[in-house]
Amino acid sequence: MAGPINWFSQIASITKFGLMSVPQRRGAVAATVVGIAGVVAVLAGVLSIAAGFRQAMTVSGAPDGAIVLRSGADSEMVSGFGHDETRIIADAPGIARSADGPLASSELYVIIDLPKRSTGTDANVPLRGVEPAALQVRDNLKVVQGRMFEWGKDEVIVGRGAAQEFAGLDVGSTIQVGRYQWPVVGMFSANGGVAESEIWTDAKVLQAAYNRGDSFQSVSVRLNSPETFQTFKDWLTSNPQLNVQAIRQSDYYAQQSQTLTLLITTLGYLIASLMAIGAVFGALNTMYSAVAARTREIATLRALGFGGGAVIVSLVLESLLLALAGGVIGGALAYVAFNNIHTSTINFQSFSQVTFAFKVTPRLLIQGIIWALLIGLIGGLFPAWRAARLPIAAALREL
Amino acid sequence: MKFFYLVWSNLRRKKLRTSLTLLSVVVAFMLFGLLAAIQEALVGGVALAGADRLIVREKVSIINLLPASYEARMERIPGVDFATHQTWFGGIYQDPKNFFMQNPVEPEKFLKIHPEFILPADEEKAWLATRTGAIVGRRTAERFGWKIGDKVPIRSTIWTLPDGSYTWTFDIVGIFDGKDKGTDTTPLFFRYDYFDEARDQGSQSWGRGKVGWYTIRIKDPSQAAEVARRVDDEFANSSAETKTEPEGAFIQAWASQIGNIVLIVAAILGAVFFTILLVTGNTMAQAVRERTGELGVLKAIGFTNARIMALVLAESCLLAIIGGITGLGLARAITPVVAQKLAGLLPLFFLPTRALFIGLGLSIALGLVTGIVPALVAMRLRVADALRRM
Amino acid sequence: MNENATKNGALVDVEGVDKIFHRGSEDIHVLSGLNLRVPGGEFLALMGPSGSGKSTLLNLIGGLDRPTRGTVTIGGEKVDQLSDHALAFWRSRHIGFVFQLYNLMPMLTAERNVELPLLLTHLSRSERARHVESALTAVGLSHRTKHYPRTLSGGEQQRVGIARAIVTDPTLLLCDEPTGDLDRKSGDEILDLLQGLNREHGKTIVMVTHDPHASARASRTIYLNKGQLSNEPLK
Repeated sequence: MAGPINWFSQIASITKFGLMSVPQRRGAVAATVVGIAGVVAVLAGVLSIAAGFRQAMTVSGAPDGAIVLRSGADSEMVSGFGHDETRIIADAPGIARSADGPLASSELYVIIDLPKRSTGTDANVPLRGVEPAALQVRDNLKVVQGRMFEWGKDEVIVGRGAAQEFAGLDVGSTIQVGRYQWPVVGMFSANGGVAESEIWTDAKVLQAAYNRGDSFQSVSVRLNSPETFQTFKDWLTSNPQLNVQAIRQSDYYAQQSQTLTLLITTLGYLIASLMAIGAVFGALNTMYSAVAARTREIATLRALGFGGGAVIVSLVLESLLLALAGGVIGGALAYVAFNNIHTSTINFQSFSQVTFAFKVTPRLLIQGIIWALLIGLIGGLFPAWRAARLPIAAALREL
Repeated sequence: MKFFYLVWSNLRRKKLRTSLTLLSVVVAFMLFGLLAAIQEALVGGVALAGADRLIVREKVSIINLLPASYEARMERIPGVDFATHQTWFGGIYQDPKNFFMQNPVEPEKFLKIHPEFILPADEEKAWLATRTGAIVGRRTAERFGWKIGDKVPIRSTIWTLPDGSYTWTFDIVGIFDGKDKGTDTTPLFFRYDYFDEARDQGSQSWGRGKVGWYTIRIKDPSQAAEVARRVDDEFANSSAETKTEPEGAFIQAWASQIGNIVLIVAAILGAVFFTILLVTGNTMAQAVRERTGELGVLKAIGFTNARIMALVLAESCLLAIIGGITGLGLARAITPVVAQKLAGLLPLFFLPTRALFIGLGLSIALGLVTGIVPALVAMRLRVADALRRM
Repeated sequence: MNENATKNGALVDVEGVDKIFHRGSEDIHVLSGLNLRVPGGEFLALMGPSGSGKSTLLNLIGGLDRPTRGTVTIGGEKVDQLSDHALAFWRSRHIGFVFQLYNLMPMLTAERNVELPLLLTHLSRSERARHVESALTAVGLSHRTKHYPRTLSGGEQQRVGIARAIVTDPTLLLCDEPTGDLDRKSGDEILDLLQGLNREHGKTIVMVTHDPHASARASRTIYLNKGQLSNEPLK
């Protein structure tokens, strides 16, 4: 008489009984759900740091953007060229042009000390000198407060992220660096990308202030299209007057964040894995005692004719439902607590601060739910298996 | 303790439940150990900073260089014992992932000002006799299998040799160890005189005669702030102004750049322990509920309320302490393995002894907190009711 | 070993005792104005229908509960006036309990179960071991000392219970339906034991039972009905 429809309705009944008895065992149930919620929240929280950092990095790289550095330099900081070289680079084929000329910005940067708002201690903030094309070369850049600085003047604009993390960068204030005073005349946004961690001014002004002569550290360009990159690169590397390398902007930022992303991700997963293992033990514990408390009830069902298989499936199902609840709660907690928390940290590779926001992405939330379900599955399977295999008569006698 | 077996046998009643709870506690303390190691790796250097050392850097920006000529002027400042400098070399060994610091230094002064680096006397002599010689820390030497006598090529991203190439070769003449567990033995140090002559003076005119930063040893640690001020005053109107601070403050500021690590670690630990508390507390509460009858019998026999409470607390504490010690022990065993994996990212990764003691204290606290409520319930049981429920 | 008689020569003196239980808003008068005297060396059987308050009376005598009114004096000690702490101490010295369901600790061996009351004394380990051994021998279980309760029969478990009750050589043995869960043969063996303890060793025993077979072994039987004692069973 046990056809597939019958089997499903068995499972449905047993699961329903199980869920109905939850109010009686709310202590143990709460312990499981909260435990799993905790794991998912911490997992999503810790990994949101890496996700946010990575997002800041990838947003910075336009697909049709490229950056030119001295050959052999592994970051902008150690790169350098003279003025003549930058002119040659700006004339390379493949670069998009506007009415004012090629969309190429020769740039240099220094690191200045500014106090971090959160700790009050000094941090390394990049002060970048740019050329007029800089605003078009980078994606999504706009001045959102105040105005753009005037070329040739000792004025700066600050990135939104930098203004948030470091003290003294409000529009209208003045930054004192060494003997120089830099009035902050505007604030710009760049979709959360790396540029937002920086302070910008005219490259010529910066060169003069820091005795850099007429040298630059990089040239950022906008290409006609992502495909023209190869032509652009080949022309540059085969040019005998130049000793340079060209990298896609997206690749460059990915490289620059490699170490930090790896560190955060490794540590994050290490912590989360341990927590998940702990949660499995916790879930096993509560499920075993939950099942033990219902031994007689389960045995009665079996005596009445409910199949052992149906019992196992419904117990696992119950465990999965509780785990799902925990996963959703944990994910929601993580989202509320962590999403868009703004922070900054030191990028070892560039020696300067990068501002970014924690991002609890949909992918992370789904990952969290999957972990929760896995914990629920393992936590429910073994006790269920054991319950279904107990000899019925013995189970009925058990007090 | 004659009551020990009573407590122990209670734990053995439901072996599966006890084991699972125990395992949860073990995992929680493994996490504690891991997080303690992470925290130590990122912000631990502060404790080991030399109280008698100041760091002097260019005031405007840390990447700006200072003239080498400042050294003599510094040593004339009252309160200064002596000064020496280092410079950022920015080198890569084979792969950027194999990151470790390599700096040119003045050998004799360097070793004098850093007594935490232990170098055998004969190796020090060899270094002073070999211009292209370099000493390397034990950790990096072991990582790449370097021995004394090896020639090691390192490609600088900043400095070139007279022939224009970026690849410098050093002779390993010594391997140094750290005095404390927390001493960083990943760097490589080579001779400044070789560096200064060999760096391509032509295309790097901006670097000629310049160094990265100075370390000053002062005569009296309590005078640190005062001497620091004097140093900055000395160079106040020079081409390159200085910023001088005690080494501890310098490291602390650097660590703070990483972010509020301490807070994040504390938050994670808080979440973990809260969860553990729930799990263990629940287990203990259940265990006491199941044993109402037995507890009644003990009371009937004449066990006082206080004794009953002590029995329950002893049980929860025993569970927590065994779990705690096991977890901490495992964490201690695992950190060297993790350290290997993180070698290029974090030079130091170990579990500080201090954390072990804190962990032990936490496990005792865990035992007490999870046991207190069930213990009170057990204590307040009315014997007649309890016996009836058996 | 306190065999001090009370002022009228009895070991147990229950005087004017009321016991009222509060169930919600109701007051249930389980015992009313009860008087009982048990001389030292007596084997007393206490019978009555269920709900008559037999176990309640036993609990009062054993210091497991306090009367609402009246006094309970055991061996000269005003038990109803002792603090909880003092009462526990007193119980450990003077009372041995035997329960219907044996109430052994499942995770302790027979000898460890018997040792339990001795943990509350200052005896050394070897002294305790000696007392345990003689108690188990007295109940005829010296060959089963290392067994766990689950491997012992009902009768054997009850014998362990009795051994535990006598190991401190208490003044008074209180038994609540000691044969209630045993078959006739095992029950008889238990009753033999109890009788032997009473006749040969002079132990005072108060036994609650509803089995006339058991009460026949006692030296005196009294009947409790609706909180009142009488020497005759209810008709």
